Amino acid sequence: MSADTLLHTPLYSLHTESGGKMVPFAGYAMPLNYADGIMAEHRHVRDHAGLFDVSHMGQVRLRARSGDGEAAALALERLVPADMVALKNGKQRYTQFTNEKGGILDDLMVARMGESLLLVINAACKDADIAHLQDELADCVVEVLEDRALLALQGPEAEAALAALAPAVRDMKFMDVLEVDVDGALCTISRSGYTGEDGFEISLPAMDASRVARKLLEQPAVKLIGLGARDSLRLEAGMCLYGSDIDETTTPVEAALEWSIQKSRRRGGARAGGFPGADVILAQLEEGVSRRRVGLLPEGRAPVRGGAPLYADVEFATPLGKVTSGAFGPTVEAPVAMGYVATDYAAPQTSVVAELRGRAVPAVVQALPFVPARFKR
Amino acid sequence: MTLYFTKDHEWIRVEGETATVGITKHAAEELGELVFVEARDAGTVVKAGDSIAVVESVKAASDIYAPVDGEVLDNNPQLSDDPARVSSDPEGEGWIVKFRLSNPDQLSALMDADATPP
Repeated sequence: MSADTLLHTPLYSLHTESGGKMVPFAGYAMPLNYADGIMAEHRHVRDHAGLFDVSHMGQVRLRARSGDGEAAALALERLVPADMVALKNGKQRYTQFTNEKGGILDDLMVARMGESLLLVINAACKDADIAHLQDELADCVVEVLEDRALLALQGPEAEAALAALAPAVRDMKFMDVLEVDVDGALCTISRSGYTGEDGFEISLPAMDASRVARKLLEQPAVKLIGLGARDSLRLEAGMCLYGSDIDETTTPVEAALEWSIQKSRRRGGARAGGFPGADVILAQLEEGVSRRRVGLLPEGRAPVRGGAPLYADVEFATPLGKVTSGAFGPTVEAPVAMGYVATDYAAPQTSVVAELRGRAVPAVVQALPFVPARFKR
Repeated sequence: MTLYFTKDHEWIRVEGETATVGITKHAAEELGELVFVEARDAGTVVKAGDSIAVVESVKAASDIYAPVDGEVLDNNPQLSDDPARVSSDPEGEGWIVKFRLSNPDQLSALMDADATPP
């Protein structure tokens, strides 16, 4: 897509004024990094607070035609393996849209707000997800919130920075969702994120986004952070990137996401199955899988990146799978990666070998996350 | 000593038969802080256009290409411990590879320092 056909988020002017290096991402012009660069931005989030524009992501309000919140939750359970009925008002949960083979069409966050469910979906999957919801959930109204922006404020100083404008956020815990006035804008704020740090995601009217972002940036702890650091932060936090670590060919169990499938949806549960690919996924939960997503710590300093083949041996005789994400971890101060390996090799501390430019690079399977999560539980 | 530049934003400093290669300030700024640099071993014979080194930022790996034919003589030993030297001083301490020219006539196809602002 050429530069002049790329979509702009409501913060586009702020990005360019702030020296953002704009790159095409899922049809949008988005900042890869600002003047400080990815390493410094990454560290700033771990040490202070970073503000990310994630307005390219899709925001959808789902309501049952009956108007009943539980009916909407039951309807969404036809498309995802998580328990939506038990999701309490003002809480958020992570899940996936699955296909008939148990593969992942997208991963998403779902919040229960009164009689509605609020969904945050990946930018690149937005159109397909919305069509999927409309096709499959005829008993629901699918409202695409086109006029809303999404900001993420992440890091140990995020709470203080946001509380300066909206004191009520101090009382929120991880995965809580609250409607709050921030500088005159009615925001829907969740205490969650994609960095492994404490922080918030702030949904707000597009017309207020630039003003609220600038207010947050007035505080010395807060700096703008680009997509480059967002990727290295989420990788250190062990979180999946849709399209790299998970896709239509990987199931939630292969991807080590079974923690997001509650008991009520598993065999013997109150509402077992009933989502696409449930036969495959529920069988895998009990019988296991032939490959698993794992963390990998490559030896030495060379980053091992997505696509690198993995083997059991330095002769490359026994293939195990491949790396799906890899980079240099600025906080770990070493290369970090994740990928899929044959299940026999998935236990932490197992030695494997990555192929990098024809050479064998030893790597050790590492329990995720690489950097301990600091959520406010 | 003559300084040349390639369209890939590399510089080549030629002293007699020896050429030192690095990346320009512009290229270093584009790449961002480097986390890893790996050059071909001494003794490797390369043709113009062959990869002679890989430089990696957090985000991506980029090849450094031999601007002309030659044989790798040496690579910058400082960079294995401190790859960020390429970012901080790309046209000095951050040099990447030295090699012996095997076909000096090829230099005429490159841009010299006077012709191209770095």
